[in-house]
Amino acid sequence: MSTGKVTVWKDFAKGLWDENPSLRMLLGCCPTLAMTTSAINGFSMGIAVIFTLICSSAIISLMRNLIPKEVRIATYIIIISTFVTVVDRTMAAFLPAISKAMGPFIPLIVVNCIILGRAEAFASKNTVGRSIIDAMGMSIGFTLTLTFLGSLRELIGAGTIFSFQIMPESFIPWAVIVLPPGAFLMLGLIIGTVNWLNTQITKKTAH
Amino acid sequence: MKKMNKSIYLVVVLTVTAAISGGILAYFDSFTSKRIADFQKSEQVKSVQVVLPGSVTSESKMLDGVEFFIGKDDAGKPVGVAFVATGAGFQSTIKVLVGMDPTMQTILAMKIMEQAETPGLGTKIVNDQTNKTNPGWFIKQFENLSVANGISYLKGQKPSKPGEIQAITGATVSSAAVVNLLNASITSNREIFLKSGVK
Repeated sequence: MSTGKVTVWKDFAKGLWDENPSLRMLLGCCPTLAMTTSAINGFSMGIAVIFTLICSSAIISLMRNLIPKEVRIATYIIIISTFVTVVDRTMAAFLPAISKAMGPFIPLIVVNCIILGRAEAFASKNTVGRSIIDAMGMSIGFTLTLTFLGSLRELIGAGTIFSFQIMPESFIPWAVIVLPPGAFLMLGLIIGTVNWLNTQITKKTAH
Repeated sequence: MKKMNKSIYLVVVLTVTAAISGGILAYFDSFTSKRIADFQKSEQVKSVQVVLPGSVTSESKMLDGVEFFIGKDDAGKPVGVAFVATGAGFQSTIKVLVGMDPTMQTILAMKIMEQAETPGLGTKIVNDQTNKTNPGWFIKQFENLSVANGISYLKGQKPSKPGEIQAITGATVSSAAVVNLLNASITSNREIFLKSGVK
């Protein structure tokens, strides 16, 4: 029982840090760079990915013995696009403001390499339970990263986080941070910091 | 199953998956599409009320391929006419809903419906965060603006004559784009609307 718990935690936690899709594997860079102009945009993108990744991983894992390997990618894409369309329409119907801000990036989740990557690398080889846990870890790791990056860019670029004023009135926002070059700068800085932290951790454990 | 021809099996798997997916989406569409359409319609009615102050109802009329919204007050008297104008901005298409008096000589109010201009510069046409007391100052300049002789913009100084507005410092192209798209659409739509005699 205790070893079972350890594997569940391992399956889940690797997506948060060790194999974080945006920071360690550099997957899904397109939405990571484009949708983090504000905290709420990054967070909403993450929520859409959580839903799509968990549902598609579950279905793909259920069907893993039925799907012939010759057409697996095509089948994965059909399954993924079904869930993406569901998210897209639901957002348009119930959260129109956010749906408008996300523009084409919700439909583009279909070709997001995190989802296809998890389908190919994990869900097609593992049980439904493990696949769902893996999908949860990966998508939550992605959401946390995007929300953090979005908050940081919004803080420097507009002086707010989730539209709450944080910086003093006298602060002049650095507009460049919410522009595309700012996305590269901030993502690079965060990846650098994470790599540095990791080497520190490895050094400590080696001692 | 094992004996089944491989290529037929591939076709069957893909067809069945696609058919199930299509079924799910059709079912899903049946209850979201109405909500999306309703929402867009209510947004439009709300926006027309914003640009035609005092109107309570609005009806849409297609004239020469242009959609006009005619707003009326609670006594049924026409308050004004609104239409959507689009034009190229600095880096995006700017879409504006313009509300005008029934003779189309004065802009009553307007609302930017869509734009993706440079954040922090061109987006000041909607929301100028450096102006804490009046972030919507650029759009407000067009309220009750006489356009009988067209609109022109000034750089860095307050307007003094009718039909003049002040451009945004650092976003002259976006400011000029709004002025140009208004001038072009008002001239052509005024002709269509006044000729039709619709009230």
